[in-house]
Amino acid sequence: MTAASFETLTQHVVDLPVEDFVAHAAFLGKTPVLALADGRMRIGDVADFRVVQAHDGSILVATADATRLVTGGDDGKVQSIDAKGTVTALADEKGRWIDAVAVGGSGSTAWTVGKRVSARDGRGQVKSLDLASSSRGVCFAPKGYRVAATHVDGATLWFPATAAQPERLEWKGSHLDIAWSADGRFVVSSMQENQLHGWQLPAKAHMRMSGYPAKTRSLSWSGDGNWLATSGAEAAIIWPFSGSGPTGKAPRECGVRPKRVSRVAFHPKALVLAIGYEDGWVLLVRLTDAAELMVRRGSGGPISALCWDSTGQRLLFGTEDGQAGLLTLPGA
Amino acid sequence: MSDKIPVTVLTGYLGAGKTTLLNRILSENHGKRYAVIVNEFGEIGIDNDIVVGADEEVFEMNNGCICCTVRGDLIRIVEGLMRRKGKFDAIIVETTGLADPAPVAQTFFVDQDVQDRARLDAVVTVADAKWLSARLKDAPEAKNQIAFADVILLNKTDLVTPAELEAVKGRIRAINPYARLIPTQKCNVPLSDVLDRHAFDLERILEIEPAFLEDGGHDHHHDHGHDHDHDNHHGGLKHFHDEEMQSVAIRHDGDVDPDKFMPWINDLVQQRGPDILRSKGILAFKNEPKRFVYQGVHMILDGDLQRDWRTDEKRVSKIVFIGRNLDEKELREGFLACAA
Repeated sequence: MTAASFETLTQHVVDLPVEDFVAHAAFLGKTPVLALADGRMRIGDVADFRVVQAHDGSILVATADATRLVTGGDDGKVQSIDAKGTVTALADEKGRWIDAVAVGGSGSTAWTVGKRVSARDGRGQVKSLDLASSSRGVCFAPKGYRVAATHVDGATLWFPATAAQPERLEWKGSHLDIAWSADGRFVVSSMQENQLHGWQLPAKAHMRMSGYPAKTRSLSWSGDGNWLATSGAEAAIIWPFSGSGPTGKAPRECGVRPKRVSRVAFHPKALVLAIGYEDGWVLLVRLTDAAELMVRRGSGGPISALCWDSTGQRLLFGTEDGQAGLLTLPGA
Repeated sequence: MSDKIPVTVLTGYLGAGKTTLLNRILSENHGKRYAVIVNEFGEIGIDNDIVVGADEEVFEMNNGCICCTVRGDLIRIVEGLMRRKGKFDAIIVETTGLADPAPVAQTFFVDQDVQDRARLDAVVTVADAKWLSARLKDAPEAKNQIAFADVILLNKTDLVTPAELEAVKGRIRAINPYARLIPTQKCNVPLSDVLDRHAFDLERILEIEPAFLEDGGHDHHHDHGHDHDHDNHHGGLKHFHDEEMQSVAIRHDGDVDPDKFMPWINDLVQQRGPDILRSKGILAFKNEPKRFVYQGVHMILDGDLQRDWRTDEKRVSKIVFIGRNLDEKELREGFLACAA
């Protein structure tokens, strides 16, 4: 494959100057925000931006919805930042590292520290649960105030607001990140053993998705909920989740290159996937015909952050070595 | 390779002097910044260093290898520390007194992300000269820590008589003749003796001879009269035999057949992995101009072809094991059957 074979969008990308590992990228409303590993937030586009210090230390984990970016740091704090740069403290775990964060509906937030998962509802009430072992991943159910957290040998589903017994999803091994499908039927985790594991609810039927040469650390659902794109191979691996899920079906492989995919992000409306690679490249791939568009011909570090705005007109990305860019699709 | 962060694992039974050594490392004026992974925030912590609390969470890899345990918290911490790349030069992992060093070491072989970013430099064990002999009898953890070590600081030598010191050294050598053994008081050693050792670096595994032959500068000096002891791993020290934990060294003065050796060693560590704590070998493979060097931690083997055999160098194949209840006869016969 030669670079010349790509249609290119590179002329529609502007560089955003940052000088640290980009931990997360998000759009808060229309405002692009980059969370940097040194604890700073860069809020705004090329010329009009501000920088806010959100942590006294590194940002270890981050996530966002349309209005807030939530970060967990090695200062033990969980912070929420809005598009104006206002920082709201959600939790202080006394210097213990925050291992995972998630945002849910109605302003709810969840995070994990060691074995403990905590959930904070929109009114600020915090509930905690001790898991079987340390957790590296947490997410909310698409509906209702329910949390899923990974640990060794499975995951736990928990209703923080009720006294109901937490439910265990069992599968031997160490589970890392976790994602819940938009229709609520599937919970999928990535594993230490370079594979994904899924459970179909409510029966907890098992789904094994294997064959990765490396760990999957980026999961993205398509806008229609029918596909789950994943990192960890020399292509984006995209599993079909319509009907009964991926069991017995082969995944799609898109954007095949001799470099590993480090981040994936589905377009919110179309079957187009943004793919970030370990060598800093970014491609867009259309699932329907596998057409590829070049966004960034990389140099330097792996893509560590990648996201679309809610309309799918702009794509924001950042790298481990402190480079970032903003693509605005032509005609947007 | 060169930009991988070196990781030193500090083990030792309770009260042996680990914290003393750690404080020495952190407070000495060496211009280096450390990230220190500790189990309890205690009396350490210097301005420029990063101190991280760990929970020593060990889990089994789901890969059919029963002794393939790793430290989940280390994987997580190394990943987090890499976001501060450039702000520290090395990592030190302090384990609790009762910890088995194997899961820590195995983490650096099993987890690809950790392996890409960090390299295990050495396992350094601090032992108490006065109490070690007793601990070797009643505490299996103490024995593991000695068996696993690349460097052993035999601390508090001022609290024992010269005869007692020789006796405890003999006991250590009976378990692990390959580690560098440094008698000391208050862990007062040059830091170059414990840091940046490259003990797990295949390219540095030049020879696998019992270490007391090179201990001269730190230990009492062995003169050439001991040279005849080369293949006797109890060396010139008073003879001790540990019933449970031993080392076995086997040498073949010639080439081995890789098509026989590789299946043999793989089967061996698959079957005996739980008992084999560490292994190493330098081999002359038939029709291969380069030396093959490997090392192992329980069931995990890591090997590669290294430099050419020199023309003035005898092509000798040699392997060593440190482990529990090793069957020397079986190992010897198995290895010698691989001769080319």
